[in-house]
Amino acid sequence: MADGPVAEVLLRQLAAADGGLDSAELAAKLGVEHQAVVGAVKSLQALGEIIEAELRSTKRWELTAEGEEIAREGSHEARVFRSIPPEGLAQSELMRLPSGKVGFSKAMSNKWIRVDKSAADGPRVFRVVDSVEDEVQRRLQLVQGGQAEKLGEKERSELRKRKLLTEVTLKTYWVSKGSAFSTSISKQETELSPEMISSGSWRDRPFKPYNFLAHGVLPDSGHLHPLLKVRSELRQIFLEMGFTEMPTDNFIESSFWNFDALFQPQQHPARDQHDTFFLRDPAEALQLPMDYVHRVKRTHSQGGYGSQGYKYNWKLEEARKNLLRTHTTSASARALYRLAQKKPFTPAKYFSIDRVFRNETLDATHLAEFHQIEGVVADHGLTLGHLMGVLREFFTKLGITQLRFKPAYNPYTEPSMEVFSYHQGLRKWVEVGNSGIFRPEMLLPMGLPENVSVIAWGLSLERPTMINTASTTSGSWWATR
Amino acid sequence: MPTVSVKRDLLFRALGRTYTDEEFDELCFEFGLELDEITSEKEIISKEQGNEKAEGASDVVLYKIDVPANRYDLLCLEGLVRGLQVFKERIKAPVYKRVTPNGEIQKLIITEETARIRPYAVAAVLRNIKFTKDRYDSFIELQEKLHQNICRKRALVAIGTHDLDTLSGPFTYTAKRPSDIKFKPLNKTKEYTACELMNIYKTDNQLKHYLHIIENKPLFPVIYDSNGVVLSMPPIINGNHSKITVNTRNVFIECTGTDFTKAKIVLDVIVTMFSEYCENPFTVEAAEVVFPNGKSYTFPELAYRKEIVRADLINKKVGIRETPENIAKLLTRMHLKSEVIGDGNQIEIEIPPTRADVIHACDIVEDAAIAYGYNNIQMALPKTYTIANQFPLNKLTELLRYDMAAAGFTEALTFALCSQEDIADKLGLDISATKAVHISNPKTAEFQVARTTLLPGLLKTIAANRKMPLPLKLFEISDIVVKDSSRDVGARNYRHLCAVYYNKNPGFEIIHGLLDRIMQLLNVPPGEKKGGYVIKASEGAAFFPGRCAEILARGQSIGKLGVLHPDVITKFELTMPCSSLEINIEPFL
Repeated sequence: MADGPVAEVLLRQLAAADGGLDSAELAAKLGVEHQAVVGAVKSLQALGEIIEAELRSTKRWELTAEGEEIAREGSHEARVFRSIPPEGLAQSELMRLPSGKVGFSKAMSNKWIRVDKSAADGPRVFRVVDSVEDEVQRRLQLVQGGQAEKLGEKERSELRKRKLLTEVTLKTYWVSKGSAFSTSISKQETELSPEMISSGSWRDRPFKPYNFLAHGVLPDSGHLHPLLKVRSELRQIFLEMGFTEMPTDNFIESSFWNFDALFQPQQHPARDQHDTFFLRDPAEALQLPMDYVHRVKRTHSQGGYGSQGYKYNWKLEEARKNLLRTHTTSASARALYRLAQKKPFTPAKYFSIDRVFRNETLDATHLAEFHQIEGVVADHGLTLGHLMGVLREFFTKLGITQLRFKPAYNPYTEPSMEVFSYHQGLRKWVEVGNSGIFRPEMLLPMGLPENVSVIAWGLSLERPTMINTASTTSGSWWATR
Repeated sequence: MPTVSVKRDLLFRALGRTYTDEEFDELCFEFGLELDEITSEKEIISKEQGNEKAEGASDVVLYKIDVPANRYDLLCLEGLVRGLQVFKERIKAPVYKRVTPNGEIQKLIITEETARIRPYAVAAVLRNIKFTKDRYDSFIELQEKLHQNICRKRALVAIGTHDLDTLSGPFTYTAKRPSDIKFKPLNKTKEYTACELMNIYKTDNQLKHYLHIIENKPLFPVIYDSNGVVLSMPPIINGNHSKITVNTRNVFIECTGTDFTKAKIVLDVIVTMFSEYCENPFTVEAAEVVFPNGKSYTFPELAYRKEIVRADLINKKVGIRETPENIAKLLTRMHLKSEVIGDGNQIEIEIPPTRADVIHACDIVEDAAIAYGYNNIQMALPKTYTIANQFPLNKLTELLRYDMAAAGFTEALTFALCSQEDIADKLGLDISATKAVHISNPKTAEFQVARTTLLPGLLKTIAANRKMPLPLKLFEISDIVVKDSSRDVGARNYRHLCAVYYNKNPGFEIIHGLLDRIMQLLNVPPGEKKGGYVIKASEGAAFFPGRCAEILARGQSIGKLGVLHPDVITKFELTMPCSSLEINIEPFL
């Protein structure tokens, strides 16, 4: 219960003190080691707000052991002086005295004594003056009495040089009453225990306050990947909007579905070795829907369906080349082709979120793989206004509300619009997605009815995540980088 | 997207007014351009080569403007200004005319030797043109932009422009053995053979990129005038003799290539842009090209095509309600001169030679929408009624992901592409045993194959996170790829679930426990009876002998689990024991 008698005394003294008290002074007053008082202060501090203790460090001059001796018995030179009788003393005898050597030279330089070298039995020492003032002793006694400040800086340093005086730093506590000051102390409980509950003892016990500033202990658990959490969120948004998920579990795609089916000409730069990963094995697609392939070929090379076409020599071997899909629009093309085979036409809303690949060298802003989000609506009479309306709903669900649309060029949509959102942090409009109405040259060869429009938009999963998390790079999402 | 760099003050002078940067940015946005950067030559050099090199460079303000990849008519100051002025209805779109000269028409004769290498050529003449330094620079820059874009780095089309007054026609476009071609190329002081030039240009930072187009051909294309002067050796370099300067008055333009359509477009773009500076503006002198079959054609084509589109179609596609007259006006602002004809609902649209990008009515619809202003279109929600469905494989994946995390494992996201070493050597396998799909053109070894297993990705993730407190428990549910000749492309994905436990002890029981939990979640009971799962002692190159088991579920093998082989651990730069589990989840659909 009590923390030893010192703590109790300290509290009683403090109760009577005016303002506070110094630990060193208390130690002197009680005649105990200073360390005992410090111990009491520390144990009281641990009990909460009973006392407040402020650490103070003070510098003090103290006498060395030799200094103490001099303060008591006088300086060496004074002692030498006093030991010389009126008839003088043989120098050899004087040197045998305890203070002899030091005292002799000091007394000589003070001109208190003289040496007569002509004496018959060796040199003899005589007093020169009748009495002396022992200034050194007087000064040391002043320091001893706690009045070191009465000495000048020069006098103190001279005494220090003679190793009679030393400066010590003393750490003391200035102790004052705390907000929960009490002279009767009892140890606080840290936690409620089953015993306390059953015995009811919790009613009478003080409890140590919690430190609410400390951090909690994190639960031991697994975590989902942050980017894939955003993927789940986006899937949810599409599902809420009534969109059906397209199969995208085919990273390998033929150039036909990745490009040709989308009316992307065979000389398009995206089909360059520099931009797309082509395959060595299996290098070529084994099967293509040849009827449809011929319609695509004709549209590219000669036009049709109201189009002039690109007027170039379309090659089947180029379309057969396998690659790692550069966008999930290839999956959308397959889904729309399947839709076109269903008669009669039924409106559809599709989405997908999956990996796509570009032949890039990795750095903070370029990835060879990233996730593409794609949404597609196929119905009679869809307009650009519908596309914008769907985009508004979609981005609103993502928390992106300020949108505007910029004319753009995509090989397989016309009209095309880039979607911009105002970024509060960057204070500018940033591109958040790309969109458009699929070209008739893409849809009609599939067999979709002429009055059916297909609106579509795409964005990368990494992009809105970056915008919402204010991250500036996309590379950091991927684990091994 | 090509970027065109124009001097701001020059641009504003041509536009007849000044803009603040913000105003101009806004105008670009509306028109489908993007003001990408405001800079100066000095700033560019200082950014690329440091402040010292930039000393003394021009600090005239430059606008860098991103132009849509199909708008070749906006790739120079002249075209941009014309496009914007017509858009703002400050000028009417000019009418481009081809004229036959009073004197003799310039002739370019193609010989049959070109057939195997670069069979097409077209030509035209800009007569009495007046260049200034800025116009000349723009003329050169436009050719460069066309070369980089529609010409596909000169592979499809290459442009040569010549001072006609230094030459005498008719011209011959032929192909010869490189050793038989000898001339003084542009900006050189002596003659070289084509063989020598190909060597010299190997170290030329600009030209080295084009050498591959003809390098390995037995014959090189070359154009001569009637005196045997070399005009150019396309697609590499022009001759120095016919070099054009600021003082050139008559320009002979030839475009050679492998794509006839694009050669004609490129020629049309150059002459429509720069005939503005001819004595008779927007008038181009025709040239005759004689093909090896004896047929001759006159270029540039400068063809105007007419399309008729119903106004209600445009309204319906855009989602607006404008009168046919208004729509015609909108289109005219987009350089598509239009008028209402017939029953009052039909719009006749004239597509000028500058707008090769307009190939379908949908391109016309887009221009109407741009002129109307995308951001003025009333938004609406489609009434399309549909029931949403999840892709079953993804639905299963989502359910498992949450439960894996709830079981204390942390999800990783790793690349689907990796090196051969990752999926083979490091796992103690030969690459031929993996059925892996191989990439033919990776830039680095990190992308040689598509992964056939998720394990390497997780082990690399652990290696990158070695500082984290043990144990490390990771999982990933994602696709792997293997060859499969039953699929149209000859390969297919499988959805795998992989988990690893990395600690001071192997923790086989933990990975085994995870398997039990997964099976519980999938409603697969333990035991060998039909529909149940068991694990059976097995072996695998990646596993420590005697510490590997095959997982059999619903009557088929779905994967393995076990303690990894110390060699595997070491090869992935790890130091602790590790156990792993990898299964195909598709049988549980």
